Amino acid sequence: MSVQQISVFLENKPGMLKKMTAVLKEHDINIRALSVADTKDFGIVRMLVNDVYDATNVLNEAHFITSLKPVLVYAIPDVTGGLDALLEKFDEAKINIDYMYAFAGKTSAYMIFRVNKTSEAEAKLGGKGLESLTEEDVAKV
Amino acid sequence: MERYFQEEIECAPIEKIKELQHEKLLRQVRYVWDNVPYYRSKMEEKGVRPEDVKSAEDLCKLPFLSKADLRAAYPYGLLAVPLKDCVRIHSTSGTTGKRVIAFYTQEDIDMWNECCARAIMAAGGTNEDVCHIAYGYGLFTGGAGLDGGSHKVGCLTVPCSSGNTERQVMFIMDLKATILGCTPSYAAYLGESMKEMGYGPEDIPLKIGIFGAEAWSEEMRHDIEQTLGIKAYDIYGLTEISGPGVAYECSAQQGMHINEDHFLVEVIDPDTGEVLPEGSQGELVFTSLDKKAFPLLRYRTRDICVLTREKCSCGRTHVRMMKPKGRSDDMLIIRGVNVFPSQIETVLLNHGYAANYQIIIGRVNNTDTLDVKVELMPQMFTDSVSEIDERRRELENGIKNILGIKAKVSLVAPKSIARSEGKAVRVIDNRKI
Repeated sequence: MSVQQISVFLENKPGMLKKMTAVLKEHDINIRALSVADTKDFGIVRMLVNDVYDATNVLNEAHFITSLKPVLVYAIPDVTGGLDALLEKFDEAKINIDYMYAFAGKTSAYMIFRVNKTSEAEAKLGGKGLESLTEEDVAKV
Repeated sequence: MERYFQEEIECAPIEKIKELQHEKLLRQVRYVWDNVPYYRSKMEEKGVRPEDVKSAEDLCKLPFLSKADLRAAYPYGLLAVPLKDCVRIHSTSGTTGKRVIAFYTQEDIDMWNECCARAIMAAGGTNEDVCHIAYGYGLFTGGAGLDGGSHKVGCLTVPCSSGNTERQVMFIMDLKATILGCTPSYAAYLGESMKEMGYGPEDIPLKIGIFGAEAWSEEMRHDIEQTLGIKAYDIYGLTEISGPGVAYECSAQQGMHINEDHFLVEVIDPDTGEVLPEGSQGELVFTSLDKKAFPLLRYRTRDICVLTREKCSCGRTHVRMMKPKGRSDDMLIIRGVNVFPSQIETVLLNHGYAANYQIIIGRVNNTDTLDVKVELMPQMFTDSVSEIDERRRELENGIKNILGIKAKVSLVAPKSIARSEGKAVRVIDNRKI
């Protein structure tokens, strides 16, 4: 099951990120994972949050523009070679990764992948013994 | 020693010039009435007939022409001769894709070339000079105008046109060019480039620069003169009236002499259209006295400036115009190109954006910069940096195609552009001219 990731457009000027986190805080939205892609002029914040629909609404109300895209989340053992083993599966299935980021939990690490054809990739990776996470799982981790 | 191309007329007593203007004006008004139905109907609307214009003082009875008329009459509405008599057109960068075109007979071109020749000689040029022209050639009048003038003077003309700075430098150095004609911002850019290549003013063979087609400051003149080791002269003109050479600087550099034997100038109040006494600041209005193909009467330039008839040390008697102080409408001149905000707006709308944008003009190292900020539409946003960058590039290409100059586009968040009274503030000009 893929997970909905929220992306937020941020202009590259001081205080923008803080403005966004203030909105999330005000509405009790918990960030589970976050990465920032930045260019000279703007940045895109990509996040997994506990309630992605709530987050979309409150951010839009605050004039942020957002976009929802499905990502794949896999748990891997928090040991050396953990990511390598996971990527090997992607390699075997010939899945092209647009971008990825990570967050570490208490027992496992979690990898988030954005791929071109999400459901196709999901199907190819199924049955390879990977531990994938659902939206509910992400909220609980 | 002051040099003249046509000394007799350039230094003629003012009474003689006035007399000539009087004679030509009466003839020209009749000519336009007979050959340009568009203007004739404007005259009829105002209840003026050619016989009502008995002297230059009666000029104020005639209706004005503006850029709007030129667009309304596009393409042939103001043409006064059969097409078989026309030998060329030139065109300005018009708004919203609709250009203004001007027609020329061979006679018109000869007259225009002579005006440019006067400018070159007033700057000290002779037939021994190598005249390197880096104005754009093509629809733009800059290249063709200076080129024609340079031929009349007898210079070795190097028609380099714009762009390819390395090639420009190569020709300037190898052919030992002594005169450079281009926009002031390109001259500044060329100067900086040559400096980077290790050429100091003492290595550069150039002596004279003839720069026009955009606003430039005295400070900029000084900078260009220092880096290139030249003396820089201003030249003024507009396609509608002919092109560069309508007015030009002489050795005194106290304003530009208007070629009054060909162009009758008035200064008006831009709001009321009333003619102002000499020496007042107002909008320049030109009447072409000799043009055959495209004979505009009372054309409003939108350039705000002051005229002076004080005696000039160069010996020329023609009236001088000071540097235009600005335009009375929203037209911007960026790197010598006429830019209307509406042109940029059209590009944005065509690409699915709302008209929430800001145009910021600056000047870095004496070159105009054009930045366009556009509010991103929510539905265009995705999580992909490359997609947004692609959209940005699309707009930059779109603007380049319409304006012919590069803009730097940045996409900003919705509602982030400052609005006054609900409307976005569209143009910020940070140039200090």
